[in-house]
Amino acid sequence: MTSSAPAAHGEPLPAGLTRSQVLDFYYWMRLTRSLEERLVNLHRQGKVVGGLFRSLGQEADSVGSAYALEPGDILSPLIRNLGSMLVKGATPLEVLRQYLAKAESPTAGRELNIHFNDLERGFIGQVSPLGAMVPVMAGVALYFKMMKQPRVGLVYVGDGAMSTGAFHEGINFAAVQRLPLVVICENNGYAYSTPGRLQTAARHLVDKAMGYGIPGIRADGNDVIATYAVTREAVERARAGGGVTLVELVTYRRQGHAEHDDQRYVPPGEVEAWEKNDPIDRYRSRLTETGWATSVEIAATDARVDAELDTALQRCVDEPVPYASTALRGVYADPPAAPLEWYRAVMPSRRAVEPSSGRDA
Amino acid sequence: MPETTYLEAIRQGLWEEMERDPRVFLIGEDIGALGGPFRVTDGMLGRFGHERVIDTPVSEQAIVGAAAGAAHMGLRPVCEMQFIDFIACAYDLLTNYVATARYRAGLATPMVVRGPSGGYVRGGPFHSQNPEAAFLHTPGLKIVCPATARDAKGLIKAAIRDEDPVLFFEHKYLYRRVKEDLPEGELLTPIGPARVAREGRDLTIVTWSAMVWKALEAADRLEREDGLAVEVVDLRTLMPMDDAAIVRSVRKTNRVLVAHEDTRTGGVAGEIIARINEQCFEWLDAPVRRVCAHDVPLPFAPTLEDFVLPQAEDLVAACRWLAGY
Repeated sequence: MTSSAPAAHGEPLPAGLTRSQVLDFYYWMRLTRSLEERLVNLHRQGKVVGGLFRSLGQEADSVGSAYALEPGDILSPLIRNLGSMLVKGATPLEVLRQYLAKAESPTAGRELNIHFNDLERGFIGQVSPLGAMVPVMAGVALYFKMMKQPRVGLVYVGDGAMSTGAFHEGINFAAVQRLPLVVICENNGYAYSTPGRLQTAARHLVDKAMGYGIPGIRADGNDVIATYAVTREAVERARAGGGVTLVELVTYRRQGHAEHDDQRYVPPGEVEAWEKNDPIDRYRSRLTETGWATSVEIAATDARVDAELDTALQRCVDEPVPYASTALRGVYADPPAAPLEWYRAVMPSRRAVEPSSGRDA
Repeated sequence: MPETTYLEAIRQGLWEEMERDPRVFLIGEDIGALGGPFRVTDGMLGRFGHERVIDTPVSEQAIVGAAAGAAHMGLRPVCEMQFIDFIACAYDLLTNYVATARYRAGLATPMVVRGPSGGYVRGGPFHSQNPEAAFLHTPGLKIVCPATARDAKGLIKAAIRDEDPVLFFEHKYLYRRVKEDLPEGELLTPIGPARVAREGRDLTIVTWSAMVWKALEAADRLEREDGLAVEVVDLRTLMPMDDAAIVRSVRKTNRVLVAHEDTRTGGVAGEIIARINEQCFEWLDAPVRRVCAHDVPLPFAPTLEDFVLPQAEDLVAACRWLAGY
């Protein structure tokens, strides 16, 4: 938790990190939060297409855990792991284009928000059925193992996703095969409106690790250094051939499931209590108290984030949306586009159609 | 050269692709030491080892999900569903994840999910299903249903080489009942084109998988007893569906029966008949008929199963009705 070491002398850097890495954590958390704040404004202006999902209060667990990976490792995020995507190289411009449903977005308008991927940079976008990415990422880790590549897969689940059959099948298979996979449970207290006590009778979610015969670690998800350290341990174990680790990062979802959710199901005072445990506020204090960073460096980082977001937003806000007919492309490699069936085009005159072509007359 | 069974043809196809391409691997339940309950993967573990013949826990979602992840990375997984009925356990992964991956995310997922389907074997409700209709409705999947040993081999090889996910529905009734001489050398059957299994001018039966053999039996009887020349179109693949082959035959014979082993309501026959209606209405001399299973879960007792599943005599009766219309 917050260090009480005197700032004047400086405290040793934690977890084998360098001074610039320690400041990196602040940058990525700040970028995550500020990007979401820009999106809130765009949402209120009616420019965001579809829902907006916040990770307010959860930035530390995303950033710290993703930072524990090396280039070549691949993660699969959840909806609240914007920070993990950014750390792995997704850009604010891509995220903005996704939310604004632009033609130039990574999915060309096919998919929402942070549901996009790049195997080169090392992230595979999630799908909405929860738990599905655990077996898929087990397959990615299976590839690493079969190819004898020293790479690691990391997959996020929430307290809700851990109740799914796909989670169980995926983590069990990965454990049996000793695959290089880290499974992070981001325990933020709620799956939409359902609290953790209605998801499981287990005392802690991490206790489930025992049933799979794998190590489990639980850490404060609002402490970015702690999330980094425990994830790093799990990543190194996986890379060394030690198999799967379940990591539970305890945090709290301070906003509703999405912007439309008024959190009527949350007991009074709960959100306010967690506001006092804000991961960015905590970390900023820690940086200055320990002497790991100066207030000047922190202010410069804030300014850098704002400038980067200004640039990204200006670039994409007026970009064009996708042409409608592009919707037919890319279901299969072959054929490359679905035919525009004649009955959806012009209704032809009698016998005027060449039916075997499957196209409009 | 001895004749090759439908089952052995699939095994040969898998084996040849495993030999040809180190990216191909097998994943499923009891496929290693046992070789699968029908022995489709017999001997594979000894030849290719545990790394490429992976016995999994009883976890269809893990099999399909892990195959998808490995396929994204460039491998060519072939999943076995011990009985195709259990593909329902992986329905979410297949429809929400695998089928959409290329479209929504640009992720190639070249993988095959294969397994024994079909009835006529006293398998009861959970070892007899034909799940093609449940997946035909999902863009992004290809569906292959071979009827002959030659196509079983040629299509499993094409499925493994395909850039998209392919569901390969083998018919367990045909495993050891159907055999033929297979040509030496590479045998590849393109996914898509149908096959005219029997030429005819009076009437068309459109069908696939084991029902092709029932249709051929019916056609023989109709020729012998009624002097009718029945054409049998074996679709071979349902997605993509060879509209042109269906249209060509219907415009030639002007009378058509669509037959499948799966239940009637929501079955693939409805889709085929809609396409015939859209493309051949003015060529039809009779309403399009269909012969399918009754709308019940498939029962076990021989008297019950034989009553529920379509038989050659049902096809004969429907063809006579069409011919006399």
